[in-house]
Amino acid sequence: MKNTAILITSDKLMVQDCYDFVQDASCGGIALFVGTVRNSTKNKEVTLLDFSAYEPMALKEMQKIADLALAKFQIHKIAIHHAVGELQIGDIPVIIAVSSAHRKAAFEACEFAIDTLKETVPIWKKEHFEDGEIWVNSHP
Amino acid sequence: MKIQVLFFGIATDLVGENSIFYELKSDETVLALKKDLLLKYSTLKNIEEFAIAVNEEYAENNLVLKENDVVAIIPPVSGG
Repeated sequence: MKNTAILITSDKLMVQDCYDFVQDASCGGIALFVGTVRNSTKNKEVTLLDFSAYEPMALKEMQKIADLALAKFQIHKIAIHHAVGELQIGDIPVIIAVSSAHRKAAFEACEFAIDTLKETVPIWKKEHFEDGEIWVNSHP
Repeated sequence: MKIQVLFFGIATDLVGENSIFYELKSDETVLALKKDLLLKYSTLKNIEEFAIAVNEEYAENNLVLKENDVVAIIPPVSGG
């Protein structure tokens, strides 16, 4: 049985899909992290975000995170979904769902997964403003 | 020998390319390639740092490149 679900898509991410994948009768809880596009950064109004990925490598790095989370924490299943393309305010760029027998492991694994994703997975976002655009994290 | 170099994120904008084929000496390391690329594309200096992936895995500076390797320029990531 497969315990990980990894996805990069230009379609709308579905929280229910991640939930359904990890849900299991042996589990006492599910932790869900849902990233959402915020309307401002450093007090500047954001109009949209554009995500791009080095997709084959990003999938591998996401799989590594899921496998590591399974090895490190007492969890049952983990789903990591990430969107690419243009996202509007309120849209969902990332979802992480983790199920476990006891809640602490699910919370910890979920935090580990999103923190590591933000450090290692080759995905980039460009913030668009009324007066220009900027690649996040790339400017000194 | 010939390798392919892929550019992502801000590097694509700075260099003006998604992908190039690049000729280099055999037994050249990742570090040597980084220096070559900074000479060829001085605009890359506008990024404080970038990582290198070889064949879809992060690579250390001392890795020796091989014919037909696919090298990716990975600027600081910002997914999530």
